[in-house]
Amino acid sequence: MEYLIAFIVGGAICVIGQLLFDVFKLTPAHVMTSFVVIGAVLDGFGLYDRLIDFAGAGATVPITSFGHSLLHGAMAEADKHGFVGLATGIFKLTSAGISSAILFGFLVALFFKPKG
Amino acid sequence: MNKQINDKNEYKNNVKSYQPKPPYLANCLKAFIVGGFICAIGQVISNFYIYFFNFTEQTAGNPTVATLILFAALLTGMGVYDKIGQFAGAGSAVPVTGFANSITSAALEHKSEGVVLGIATNLFKLAGAVIVFGVVAAYIVGMVRLLFEKLL
Repeated sequence: MEYLIAFIVGGAICVIGQLLFDVFKLTPAHVMTSFVVIGAVLDGFGLYDRLIDFAGAGATVPITSFGHSLLHGAMAEADKHGFVGLATGIFKLTSAGISSAILFGFLVALFFKPKG
Repeated sequence: MNKQINDKNEYKNNVKSYQPKPPYLANCLKAFIVGGFICAIGQVISNFYIYFFNFTEQTAGNPTVATLILFAALLTGMGVYDKIGQFAGAGSAVPVTGFANSITSAALEHKSEGVVLGIATNLFKLAGAVIVFGVVAAYIVGMVRLLFEKLL
């Protein structure tokens, strides 16, 4: 059941992205940046956590969760250290995503040949 | 009539009738199926981390994202991800795998310019925008929320 919910919610978020492509003629970069900002704003109102509780990976896998994790790490540190915490905590949770993207992206580019 | 066609202010409206209409429903259906499928795989990986490595539902998102990024980077290197992207549109761009694909493909594209100037400097060519906007938005929202919490 949780797989089905993840499928439906994740798929629905992708459909919103597809509509932004087709109807509003946005580029993938514009859609991705908008989604990250939307994720951060939704988390600002505490809504994104509820979506994760409901949909699991359906909410953590789309790029919106990147904005949510940025804000979440920042707020967790800010509870301890105030405004300074925003700066020290912002990459705390997204560290896994960014560092692995850099590492794997670099290694793949190093060892694979460009195609097409 | 002729005047209206040559009017450059009317260009956008005139050219519209010559552009092919995208098949909205088919594109959305493809995006839904592929995007949903990637999220379902994410749920499998997420459960794996919850049961074997003591993550909770909230924290399992991070290792899951890292694992999906590894798969997406490999698929991009093998040239498979771009084919999925052509079929699925937003279904492959919106999940975090699209983020990994943009990093890897930008680096691969510039490989011929060398390891430092080609691969390393171009890694964030496309993904940089996502990080910049994410951080700026998170800062602003965080500031506002903190101010409210301090005031109330």
